[in-house]
Amino acid sequence: MEQITLSGQLVQYAITGLTVGSIYALVAIGFNIIYNVTEIINFAQGEFVMLGGLFMVFFARVLDMPVPLAFLMTIAGVMAIGIMMERFAIFPAKNASVLTMIIITIACSILLKGAAMYGWGKDPFTLPPFTDRKPFVFMGAAVFPQSIWVVVTTLVVVFFLTMFFKRTKFGKAMIASSDNRDAAQLMGINVKTMVMVSFGLSAAVGAVAGVVITPISLMEYDRGTLLGLKGFGAAVLGGLGHFYGAVAAGFIVGLIESFCAGLVSSGYKDAAALLVLLLVLFVKPSGLFGSKEVMKMKEF
Amino acid sequence: MHTRSNTLVVTLCVALSMFLTTALLPPLAAKAEAKEPYKVGAIFAVTGRASFLGEPEKKTVEMIAEEINAAGGINGHPLELIVYDDEGDATKCNVAMKRLISQDNVPVVIGPSTSGTSLAVVSVADKAQIPLISCAASKKIVMPVEKRHWVFKVAGSDIHVAQRIFAHMKAKGITKVAIMTGTTGFGASGREELLAFAPKFGIAIVADERYGPKDTDLTAQLTKIKGTDAQAIVNWSIGPTQVLAVKNWRALGMGHLPLYQSHGFGSRKNIELCGKDAEGVLCPLARVNIGRLLPDSHIQKKVVMKYTETYEKKYHEPISSFGGHAWDSLHIAVKALEAVGPDRAKIRDFIEDLTGFVGQHGVFNFSATDHNGLSEDDLEMVVVKDGDWAIAR
Repeated sequence: MEQITLSGQLVQYAITGLTVGSIYALVAIGFNIIYNVTEIINFAQGEFVMLGGLFMVFFARVLDMPVPLAFLMTIAGVMAIGIMMERFAIFPAKNASVLTMIIITIACSILLKGAAMYGWGKDPFTLPPFTDRKPFVFMGAAVFPQSIWVVVTTLVVVFFLTMFFKRTKFGKAMIASSDNRDAAQLMGINVKTMVMVSFGLSAAVGAVAGVVITPISLMEYDRGTLLGLKGFGAAVLGGLGHFYGAVAAGFIVGLIESFCAGLVSSGYKDAAALLVLLLVLFVKPSGLFGSKEVMKMKEF
Repeated sequence: MHTRSNTLVVTLCVALSMFLTTALLPPLAAKAEAKEPYKVGAIFAVTGRASFLGEPEKKTVEMIAEEINAAGGINGHPLELIVYDDEGDATKCNVAMKRLISQDNVPVVIGPSTSGTSLAVVSVADKAQIPLISCAASKKIVMPVEKRHWVFKVAGSDIHVAQRIFAHMKAKGITKVAIMTGTTGFGASGREELLAFAPKFGIAIVADERYGPKDTDLTAQLTKIKGTDAQAIVNWSIGPTQVLAVKNWRALGMGHLPLYQSHGFGSRKNIELCGKDAEGVLCPLARVNIGRLLPDSHIQKKVVMKYTETYEKKYHEPISSFGGHAWDSLHIAVKALEAVGPDRAKIRDFIEDLTGFVGQHGVFNFSATDHNGLSEDDLEMVVVKDGDWAIAR
């Protein structure tokens, strides 16, 4: 058959980059939610994605629930795990430094990974795509309908989160707890609840990422770590704590990887993304969208 | 205090193992009284990260030992298996090897399961002058052969897989090939052999793509391949990425380019994960995996079917190609014991001269320069058809 044209190739790389980038963006957002409220970098964020995928497999394939119900159950399940993690691991260490908390999250990540291996085994699992599995051709490139689901879901999640933090009292209260814990408490905000909610919320966002990506990439117990790392890269690149920055950076990392794999060398694609991250941090340590003033106020 | 508790643990272990030996051995030994047992040492990764190798290996050798002893042993000597679990750990493997050599005083050792653990003990075997029949794949286990005087291996090499794939392509008139390999040790070794052997078959590598073991998407690599004039694709990796390769290949409408997978794809689970997308995917496999597909006239049909049926009946799980390695290594050891008795040097010489041994992974022809004994002819090219393997034309 005929070969693909160069423009078709470029479009294909862009689509691939946007799809993968969406997941990085969702992971980065998860990092930001917890960071905004607590200044903790939650290294179990990738594990939430993995759990999202595997819970969905359990509800949709094993228990045979309809997709929307399974989706809600998955989010509820992973949220519960996020909240439990906060209650049993983070909350008891409330007087510890932020660095200690971060190390606790690493321990949680190892624990969750081990538990998932125990529960689901080491084999990868797949899910049927949400809609039609046939890819269609767009400008000479093949598009999986699932890719569109991934990108749209990301944008919807970002929109609602921004609304939540900017427009609702509860969201504003969460931001306030981070800006000044004591002042927020004096204003009658229950900071402890805010911290717990932030973990639940970011677990939910991670679960959404896991559910939408599994039909494309499969999911197994140890995939979370790498996704977490890439997502962290995106979060830093976009400026920690900044939602739109996280989305833009997620897409940038995804696109760099995809174009590097296609046009330069697939062996160097991970290095390319990290290189860009380093370069940006050299020039602008607060990330693309972060501001220096805010940075100074944070411990990390 | 610390030493005392250690001593206690050791004493307990010794007592326990003595109890187990006395409890288990008599019924086996009773059949072939009088004559002293022939020992065979085995080291497998029964637990731990590589347990998917060691577990079927241990089950296989235990099953074979039962069969042999039920049939009267080796020339009337009962077969005594001493199996140690190295957990896939090189240090533990080393300890087990030394124990087999000096304490258990076995004449021949089979295993270990992985390339890493095997390479950790090849020099031990050479130094102690004891024949070792490894179940792992790396060609370095038996090469250079002058330094591996006492070491053999029964698993095929990547060289054979690469040659088999290229031979099949050549027969189809394919001259331009794109390769995709994972960045793991498995993928890197495959890439090396593919690049080395392509020119010998008159095949040009027009694209050489790589990806990480946890990558979520391979469409970029495949799109690049789509832009070249490749006539076929070889994908060489393990784990979920080989399923992704199939899904993305199909989604990008590249079904007209034959997709060859490495032998890493040889599990039915992969076909299940790929679903309909896997139709037409080619893959070279050892015949142990496809006993039921072999024609009755095939020289391996009988041994493979016997192993497949007895194993599945006994353990209620499908056989794996890894259990096949254990089958080959133990049967070669037993054949040597039968011919020359429990003498380390004589066993080594016997194995080196062994030819035409029909095993699970092929027909072994050992020689002074080849301590593996397999060739690319011992791999069958199979194709996915209606959700199962079929022999490819």
